[in-house]
Amino acid sequence: MSKGPMSLGQWFLNKGEKIMGMTMTQKILAAHAGLPEVKTGQLINAKLDVVLGNDITTPVAINEFEKAGFKEVFDKDKVNIVLDHFVPNKDIKSAQQSKQCREFACAHGISHFFDVGQMGIEHALLPEQGIVTAGDCIVGADSHTCTYGAVGAFSTGVGSTDMAAAMATGELWFKVPSAIRVVLTGVLRPWVSGKDVILHLIGKIGVDGALYKSLEFTGDGVASLSMDDRLCICNMAIEAGGKNGIFPVDDVTIEYLTGRSKRDWVVYEADADAVYDEEITIDLSTLESTVSYPHLPENTHPAAEGGDIRIDQVVIGSCTNGRLEDMEAAYKVLNGKHIADGVRGIIIPGTMEVYKECIRRGWTLAFTEAGCIVSTPTCGPCLGGYMGILAEGERCVSTTNRNFVGRMGHVTSEVYLASPATAAASAIAGRIVDPQGYME
Amino acid sequence: MNAKGKVFKYGDNIDTDVIIPARYLNTQDAKELATHCMEDIDTSFVQKVEAGDVMVGGWNFGCGSSREHAPLVIKTNNVSCVIAKSFARIFYRNSINIGMPILECEEAAEEIQAGDVVSVDFKTGVITDETTGKTYQAEPFPEFIQNIMDAGGLMNSIQG
Repeated sequence: MSKGPMSLGQWFLNKGEKIMGMTMTQKILAAHAGLPEVKTGQLINAKLDVVLGNDITTPVAINEFEKAGFKEVFDKDKVNIVLDHFVPNKDIKSAQQSKQCREFACAHGISHFFDVGQMGIEHALLPEQGIVTAGDCIVGADSHTCTYGAVGAFSTGVGSTDMAAAMATGELWFKVPSAIRVVLTGVLRPWVSGKDVILHLIGKIGVDGALYKSLEFTGDGVASLSMDDRLCICNMAIEAGGKNGIFPVDDVTIEYLTGRSKRDWVVYEADADAVYDEEITIDLSTLESTVSYPHLPENTHPAAEGGDIRIDQVVIGSCTNGRLEDMEAAYKVLNGKHIADGVRGIIIPGTMEVYKECIRRGWTLAFTEAGCIVSTPTCGPCLGGYMGILAEGERCVSTTNRNFVGRMGHVTSEVYLASPATAAASAIAGRIVDPQGYME
Repeated sequence: MNAKGKVFKYGDNIDTDVIIPARYLNTQDAKELATHCMEDIDTSFVQKVEAGDVMVGGWNFGCGSSREHAPLVIKTNNVSCVIAKSFARIFYRNSINIGMPILECEEAAEEIQAGDVVSVDFKTGVITDETTGKTYQAEPFPEFIQNIMDAGGLMNSIQG
């Protein structure tokens, strides 16, 4: 793994200074920079195991790549292109962008190119397919690339020009981040999920509470969290401004990766004497279903207090909550019931595998009999793309990740972020409710 | 390199969805995208902005999506510099990578008012509010990042 010091890393390594223990993130970065150690604030060049782009960001990257005169990608097996934001294409312009990605993938023999029929929402798809694994250094031209910290990788979102440079050279510059240590204790109560954990944390530290930093999760409580919960938690690290979120590699990780990971993995652990900017302890057993009100993810309230807020739409899906456990939570709430009059229910399994499994298990029928529609995977409504755009003044409870002004449609529309169980229960009630109270 | 222009001022947590809403991201045409810059919170920005003008924001400017279209539409509107109390990290990277000057300076971002004329010396990081006469010192870029800016962006810097 160690390939000798990079010139840039050498340039910035301050050899005279005693270096403290490293965080898990710093150890992965050091290994990929070919350095024995790195310290907070150091600028390094790191080798990349996975480079990712989607149908919005990849076309811009392709233009930059070609404009700079590059003819070949550094490794056709390490570049991943997933068409997910506007597919099946919503209009001629988005079809042109997909076509550009398709032609580039074909010309360069990109092995992990996912088109309609095989695709999923990128951050649901790559872990499911075993393309990302423990110990990796990953960049993606999508802010929610931080999702893959759940499997014990360093993974962060970048822009299209970064993606172009990464496709060309297989490496990228990073400023080594400091970290916040998030100690999880206890076990979640029924109907409370990973989404509630991360919304709670963002409510606590704010949308820039982890700016430029890693969120390193640790503690006894980690073992009780499923991989789908961890993926959801790391997914929204960016909503606290974080560079990455990361979980330690434990039995849950190994079980998830075994038979799935396409490559050997490497386990990194934070040093015992690693230094953190701060430590935050969260007792999972005290958390309740949480909702982020407009227009910032930090604007959190207990779902139980939302009773007067009437809603027009519910969306269950996205890179945050489009996995099988999310569908299961929705199914448990919606099965045998019907959503309220005047509420549109939109359910979007995150990948084709999740979509097919929902059919096999009879959940798709239950969703549609409950009055919802079920779409093939797409980011669609999350970013106001299509498939559920909100009109003036409309309100939506959504399992997505952002509730900014105009995010899902009209500038006066409102998005309330919640877990799949909360969203499903709210769809039935026609107003924001706590699934625990509502189901009992 | 220096900048001088009048100020458009915005608040904290200006996200990339308001800088350029995702509903327009079915094109990469910078000129077309630029006509929608800031429209969800300031419909008059694109009519009023002139070459060299300066955008000032609060904390966490450019948070949210990784879309490089966000700094690109600001740059395409010929804004010469964005000054903020802090920048979201992907927006910060993207701005450097496409060669759009940004400066972090809490005091300047707090005190400079909309409509003031501001000049910036990028070499020294000195920001001058020509309207009030007050000067502010922003942190200059580290040499490594300055080299990317000087090359005109990341792709130019790795070609060499």
